[in-house]
Formats: sequence, structure tokens, C-alpha cells
Amino acid sequence: MSAISASEKVDGFTRKSVKKAQKQRRSQGSSQYRTQSAPIELSPLPQLKDAPSTEQPELFTQKLQQCCTVFDFMDSVADLKSKEVKRATLSELVDYVSTNRGVLVEPAYPEIINMISSNIFRTLPPSENPDFDPEEDEPTLEASWPHIQLVYEFLLRFLENPDFQPSIAKRFIDQKFVLQLLELFDSEDPRERDFLKTVLHRIYGKFLGLRAFIRKQINNIFLRFIYETEHFNGVAELLEILGSIINGFALPLKAEHKQFLMKVLIPMHTAKGLAIFHAQLAYCVVQFLEKDPTLTEPVIRGLLKFWPKTSSQKEVMFLGEIEEILDVIEPTQFKKIQEPLFKQIARCVANPHFQVAERALYFWNNEYILSLIEENIDKILPIMFGNLYRISKEHWNPTIVALVYNVLKTLMEMNSKLFDELTASYKADRQREKKKEQEREELWRRLEELRMGATQNNSHGLPNAQNNNNNNNKDMDNNNQQQNHQGPEDTSVSEVITDSDGTTATAESSENTK
Amino acid sequence: MAGADGDDSLYPIAVLIDELRNEDVQLRLNSIKKLSTIALALGVERTRTELLPFLTDTIYDEDEVLLALAEQLGNFTMLVGGPEYVHCLLPPLESLATVEETVVRDKAVESLRKISHEHSPVDLEVHFEPLVKRLASGDWFTSRTSACGLFSVCYPRVSSTVKAEIRQHFRTLCSDDTPMVRRAAASKLGEFAKVLELEYVKSDIISLFTALASDEQDSVRLLAVEACVSIAQLLPQEDLETLVMPTLRQAAEDKSWRVRYMVADKFSELQKAVGPEITKNDLVPAFQNLLKDCEAEVRAAAANKVKEFCENLPEDSRETIIMTHILPCVKELVSDTNQHVKSALASVIMGLSTILGKDNTIEHLLPLFLAQLKDECPEVRLNIISNLDCVNEVIGIRQLSQSLLPAIVELAEDAKWRVRLAIIEYMPLLAGQLGVEFFDEKLNSLCMAWLVDHVYAIREAATCNLMKLVEKFGAEWAQNTIIPKVLGMANDPNYLHRMTTLFCINALSEACGQEITTKHMLPVVLKMSNDQVANVRFNVAKSLQKIGPVLDSNSLQTEVKPVLEKLASDQDIDVKYFAQEAISVLALA
Repeated sequence: MSAISASEKVDGFTRKSVKKAQKQRRSQGSSQYRTQSAPIELSPLPQLKDAPSTEQPELFTQKLQQCCTVFDFMDSVADLKSKEVKRATLSELVDYVSTNRGVLVEPAYPEIINMISSNIFRTLPPSENPDFDPEEDEPTLEASWPHIQLVYEFLLRFLENPDFQPSIAKRFIDQKFVLQLLELFDSEDPRERDFLKTVLHRIYGKFLGLRAFIRKQINNIFLRFIYETEHFNGVAELLEILGSIINGFALPLKAEHKQFLMKVLIPMHTAKGLAIFHAQLAYCVVQFLEKDPTLTEPVIRGLLKFWPKTSSQKEVMFLGEIEEILDVIEPTQFKKIQEPLFKQIARCVANPHFQVAERALYFWNNEYILSLIEENIDKILPIMFGNLYRISKEHWNPTIVALVYNVLKTLMEMNSKLFDELTASYKADRQREKKKEQEREELWRRLEELRMGATQNNSHGLPNAQNNNNNNNKDMDNNNQQQNHQGPEDTSVSEVITDSDGTTATAESSENTK
Repeated sequence: MAGADGDDSLYPIAVLIDELRNEDVQLRLNSIKKLSTIALALGVERTRTELLPFLTDTIYDEDEVLLALAEQLGNFTMLVGGPEYVHCLLPPLESLATVEETVVRDKAVESLRKISHEHSPVDLEVHFEPLVKRLASGDWFTSRTSACGLFSVCYPRVSSTVKAEIRQHFRTLCSDDTPMVRRAAASKLGEFAKVLELEYVKSDIISLFTALASDEQDSVRLLAVEACVSIAQLLPQEDLETLVMPTLRQAAEDKSWRVRYMVADKFSELQKAVGPEITKNDLVPAFQNLLKDCEAEVRAAAANKVKEFCENLPEDSRETIIMTHILPCVKELVSDTNQHVKSALASVIMGLSTILGKDNTIEHLLPLFLAQLKDECPEVRLNIISNLDCVNEVIGIRQLSQSLLPAIVELAEDAKWRVRLAIIEYMPLLAGQLGVEFFDEKLNSLCMAWLVDHVYAIREAATCNLMKLVEKFGAEWAQNTIIPKVLGMANDPNYLHRMTTLFCINALSEACGQEITTKHMLPVVLKMSNDQVANVRFNVAKSLQKIGPVLDSNSLQTEVKPVLEKLASDQDIDVKYFAQEAISVLALA
């Protein structure tokens, strides 16, 4: 007990942060290095620039082969000399491919790819921090970065070299190569993911034959992320690449692309760590909508389906994305989704978490959204009015109340007649809602009684489940079989349905479903 | 509803539809959860003709609602008219088996598996098997994933032509180009193998197994390891070497640590499945490698299996194998760099003593136990202490007591209260094994120190610990050693400590019996009713209520009653409340 100071006892958080600080800048090597037998000692080869040009290709190959040896960086004192030799060689190679022309001869390709593969392709080690939170925790850095960085650098220079020929390279940069590259995106080291992002982007640009494959594999990674593991470090980077890929899609969009949007990108909004990649995700979604505005309705309905229920932080992000979408929405599309959308916005406005309410109310500062609302004020005002009116009296946060007053004022100016009507009927509407609530409870209570009766006596327990088809519900029109004829004929049931259909809420909801 | 005028008449399907359209998810969910009520009210025919088609059409909803629906439908057989009509449930479940959300899909598959048993063999071929085929050849991966879980339930009950088709479908899914589907197939491979005829296990399953075990994705390969257990159980011993072992050896040395982890995790099952001969020749070296793996995760998984592995070794060579092959690895693990590895080992290592017997334990294991008892990581020490009983049986705990004591003392004062809590829980066990003398001499003061810990959970556990000790050592021991100290705390300047006295009395009165309670505890409690802190006073009321049943009626009437009556007119509302409660419970009014 003496180990902890008094302040730590009082404040558990300080201890956590102290511990975190100690953990920072941990680094990690990968499985592969430790399984290898001791590497051979490297001795420096002559400089490429000092060699006569006829001998350069041979020396280049030798150097590439030399760099295939990998070292254990977890042991910081082992093989120091050889590590330095390799580092110098790698850096010379980077220089060589970026400044010289005509060095990428065909026989060099397999050697280059081999060197790259043996260095970067490795099984990523288990995370040292199983509940790694990318927002809070410091990432574990790759221990062999001094070498790996140069290898990535070399790969980039190789791909960007003006002499680079995809027709030769495609024999080596194949599906397997890409697949291994994609697996590395799970690296915890942000520096590595950054390189990978650029590398994959270059490969996507230069190898037309690999494009569909790359998209499909990203698809698979995302699906696994959403539905299986909920863990993949490189989601943001992959989305960033996709953002520019989507930008280049030809019109009309292929079914494959639309499926990707609806079945992968939209469900990705459910991920726990949405905050890390939301900006990139929203960008991709908006890109799609700019390409094809008819996707607006399914996208917004998708977002409404996955609307966060308990995370206010995510709700704010969703609202941000909705505003981005509304910024580019076409008025005809807006009409299609305004009702479900504004029902959600009305709920957000009434959210006790002031950041959520505030974010939703900011929509009214957006000129374009305002013009859309004004055009459809007859539909939107009745949806929004109840909550705004209530919140203007009830919300605990004065800023929200002030914002709500402004919004109410704006709406009133748009249609003062409707506004007055709604104000007048507000109380009556609330009472009707309350009454309907009670009625529903009553219905379920009786249904429950019915079940008790039925389970007690299966054949005679149903007299009250009198089937009455004399109602105005469309779905019911063809129901003519009457199951049980015991019990008195009773028309009150149809009145029940008719009456409840008459109230506002049900009328709205049945309109929606029809 | 205004017209309902108290009549119980209802129209359930309309209610359901109305509720299903409700904007509030919670209300939709409620109505789905009561689906059986509605079906019951509708009767079997209308459930089939109206309710099910309606449900099939409303599949687009929130996943939470769909999950409830998928679950409900699995129990619907009687509600649609029994096994004869059970196939009516297939359409909605088929749609549910294709949705994206894994939880919903899995539930739909679970329900489908459940109702598959209620199909007659004819219905199975006419209705169920075509559904499986449709799912297996669906466009989107979700339906193919779901199909994987359905093959094994229909295979045993269909004709041989259909069987051949099912095998073909399963083969196709095992080489699906979506890794999600291959994973699903790999995870069902073992289950499917079990229902196949042995000839097909050899001809079909083995090749699929080999292919999945060398899949490009490690997430698929590791699932093949699981299947390996089931497959190995099915094959005759003489085929194992050629059909299974090459793949298993490869898995144990896979380049991905996840696969090796899986091998380590399933090691006992694998060991049992392949039998003693292969274990001796192959698994022992494989196990050694896993114990020395470069990834801590793998070592920890293997360390967890040390005891089970040793136990299951063939008896004739068990001791030799352990002493020459396993123990050297275990010795290294004791000083592993990773605390999870050490702690996994510490949780099983004591079990080796029963296998190796007294002499080997003293010579070889004892030094390891002692080393782990001094480990820097509290979890390691705790794991050793919590398994002391295994060693006690073989060599007696005295051998350890010298090292045990410093370890216990250190854990008892650990900075993390959870560690302190854990060691308190082992106190009664330790006390029993170490005996009363040793306890009084060394541990008693620790137990008393916990009573004034600054964490409530520790004080609470310490109180409970005292009770268990009294149960073990008896009332007389309590009166001599514990009670004076406990009662002394009644005069502590800190009100929390004064309350601890009351909590201890609550816990101890029953174990100590009437005499001690009346003579020693009651006066202290009564005196505390004048405490200036209200929390203490209402705890006095609570204590009196608690110890009342132990007291005789005389002291209840003459001593307890007046005090409670005084407290019942206390100025503090809580004190009044608890005093009144005590009066009524003890029937003193």
C-alpha cells in the first residue's frame, strides 16, 4: 500500500495516465524475426555510383539480395554492424532507383519484389494491449522501422520510377502480393499504414487487372471488420483510398459498386470505433451520392436504420454526415426522405445531451437546408413542432433553449398560419397522444390475459379473440376465415381499430408503410 | 379504443400490425416478443395464412427486431399446427438467414436447425433441403454462410442421391472465394464429418480439411485445427498418420501465431483424439515447441495445458516424458518475460505434484513453486496460493510455509485492492491447512488490518472472512483472539471503523452463539446507540435487528427494546426508519 501515493488513492485516473505514459512508445517486432536462425553477418559491398555502368546491374542485384536478410530489432544490441550495413545499402538503393534512369531492367524485377516481400511481409504479432483503443492509447510501434521504412520508400520509388513497366511487374505484383499487402494494413504503427496507403494507391492506379480484386479484398476486410472481429487498424487508410477510387467510377454505377455502398459502407456506421474513420467514411458516402443522386433515399434510410441509440458521440457524427448529404441533395430526393429524416431530427433536437441537440439545431444555420425546409414547410413543420415547442420550455441547457427559439421563429416566418394552428392544437394533440398510449397498454394487457386463458385451456380459451373483419385496414380485407365462433359477436373491436387509426400518430405511420 | 367499453374483445393481428408499424423500435420489439401470444390467439390456420406471410414481407427492420423474430420462429411448430405444417416456417427463416447482421443470421440458422428435426423425412427433402440448396448458391455471401450450418442436420435423414448433392454443395462452399464463407465452412467441417459415412470422411472430408488447413488466410486455417479434433476421432488409428498428421504437424508450425495458438488451445482434445502412440512420437515435441514459441500468447495457451497434457500421457512412459521433455520447458517458463505466461503456468503447475508424486515434487517442483511465490507479478503468486490444496495432499503445506508467509503478507498489502480481495478469499482455506497455531502467530494480525482498509469492499470481505474463521476455529477461539479487537474498534475516532465493529458483530453473532453475543457484543452495540454520527446510529438499529434472533427474550425486552424506542424518536429520518423496521421485525412493538 505504501507503493502508491495519497493523491493516487484519491484519483484513480492519475494512476492510469501515469501507467499510460510509461507504456508509451513501446515497440514491437514481428513473429518472423524471432523464429529465424541467427542471421549471417553482412559485409559492405562497393558503392553503386563507383562501379562501372556495365557492372552496376550485377551489383544492384547483389545489394538487393543482401537486403533480404532480416534482423531482430527487439534485441537492440544484436548484429549492430550488419544492421548498419543493411541500412546504408537500403538507403543507397532508394537513392539509386529514384535518381537513375534505365536501372529497372527486366531481370531486376523478381529480385526487387523478393527483397520487398522478405522484408515487409510478415505475420503481425499479437497486440500487446488487447483492448487497444486507437483514440486513447499510444500505438505500438514497429521495432524494425529503421529498415522497413527504407524498404517502403524503395517500393514507392520503384513504382513511381518513369521506367517502371506494369506489364513486366504484373508477373510479380500479383493477387497474392496484394493480399499480403492488405493484411499489413492491420499494423498498429501509423507510419507503416501511411506508406501502405500510398503504395496500394499506386498499385491500384497502375495495374488495371488488379483493380476488381483489390476492391473485393477490401470489401472482405470491411465485412470481417463489421460482422466478425470489430478490429482492424487500417480502416481509415483503406477508406481514404476508396474515396479516390469512388471518385473515378464511371457512370452509370455498376451494381457491384451500389452493393458495396449499401451492404458494406452503410453497415460500417455501426462499428464501435466509428470516430477513427468517420470522416473518411462520410466522404465515401457523399462521393457516391454526388455520382448518383438516386442513391440518396436508400442511403438515408440506411443511416436511419443504424441510428445510434446509446452513443451521443456517434449521434453527433451521424448528424454531421446527414448535413454533408443534405448539402448535396437534390430537392426531388429531399422530398422522398423528408418525413422519416425529420422525425429523427426532431428526436435529436429533443435529446437531453446538449451536443446532440445543438448539432441538430445547427441545421437551421445552413442556407441550403433552410431553403429545402421552406419549400416543404407544410410537411416538416408538423413533424418538428411538438418537440421544438416542448424543448423550448423544458430543456435544461439555456443555449439549446435560445437556439430553439430562433428555430421556432424561423419556422413561424415560413408559414405563420400553420404555426398558429399547431400552437393552438398543441395541448389537444399531447392529450390525444397520451390517451393513445394508455389505449395501447390496455390492448396489450388484455392480449396477455387472453394468452393466460389460452395456455390454461387451449380449446376454450379463445372466445374473446373474436375475429371481426369489419374494419378499414387494408391488410385485413381478405381475412375471412373466422377461427372461433364461441363468444358473442362484437363490433367494438373494429371501432377500436378505426379509432386508433384516427389519431395522428397512427395515421402517419400507416401512410408510411403503405 | 374509446368504443371498447370494457369488453375484452380483441383483434390480435390488427394489433400486431399496428404495433409492428409503430415508430418506436421498443414497441415493435415488444410485439414481436409476444408473437406466440398472437399466434395462439389467431389459431393455427390463420397463423399460417396471414401471420407468417405478413412476417415474411416485413423482413426489413432493425436487427434487434429481426433477432427476436428469428428466435420466436424456432419455437413455432405447435403454433402452426405441429410437425405436419412446420415447413410453413421456412420462408421467413430463409429470409432471416440472409441478412447481414451475424447475430440475426446465426439465430435464424439455430431456429432452422431446431425445426429441421421436426420435419418428416419426406418434408425434409421436399421443403428443407431445397432451402439449404438455395442458400448455398445464393449471390451474397451471407446466405452461403448460413447454409454451412444446415448441411449436417439434414444429411442423415435424406436419400443417397440428395446426400451426394449435399456433399457437393459443401465441397463448393469450402472453396468459396469469400473468406467469410470458407470460415463458416471450416467451422462446420468437424460437425459435418461426424454425420458422414466413414468412406466419405476419407474421400471428401480429408481433402477439404487439407485444403482449408493450408488456406491463404490464417483465420480459415485456424478453424481447420478445430475440425481436426472431430475428424481424428472418426478415423481408425491406422489412418491417422497418413490422413491427419501431416496437416496437424504443419499447423503446429504455422507461420501465423493465431494458428499455433489454436493448436495450443486445443492440445488436450487433439491429444485424446490421436491416441497415445502419436502423442508420444509427435505431440510431445510439438508441445515442447509451443511452450517455447516466440509469441507469448502461444506460450500462455500451451502453459495452460501443461497439467492436462501430462495427465493424459500414457501411463507407462508418463514420468519419463515429463521429467525429460516437459519439465525443462516448464522451468524456463517460470522465468518467462511475459506475466500472462507465468500466470497461466502458475494456475496449473501445482497440479503436477499429484502426477509426479512426493519425491519428484520436493526435488523438482518445489523450487519452481517457491520461485513463483516470489514472482514480481501478484497474479502469479495468487494463482500459486489458490492451488495450494493440490500440493498439500502430496507433500503437506509445511514445506512451503516459510516462503508462503512473505508472499501472503505482500499480497495482503498489495496496492491493487482486487489483489487484496483475492487473497482474503483464500484465507479460510489457508487457515485450515496451516492450522490455528500458525495462523494466530502469523496471519491473525493481517486479518485484523484488513478491517481498517480504506476500501469498503476489503473491509466487507474481511468481515466475512472473520465469520468463516470462527466457523473453522470455534467460538472459544473467537472470544480470545478476535472479539476483543473487534469490540475495541467501537471507540475508534473514525466512524467508518466504528461501523466496521457493527458489521463484524452482524457477521459473527450467529457463529459465536447466544452467550458471547449477549455478554460481550450486545453492550457495545447498545452503547453505540449514542454515537454522534447518524450512520452509526442507524447501523446500530440494523445490527440489533440482525442479532435479535440470537438473543434471549429477556434481554430483548429489557435492553434492546428501550434503545430501539429511543432511536425510533431520533431526529434523523434514516435512524428512525431503521429503528422502526427493527422493532417490527423483532415484534417488540
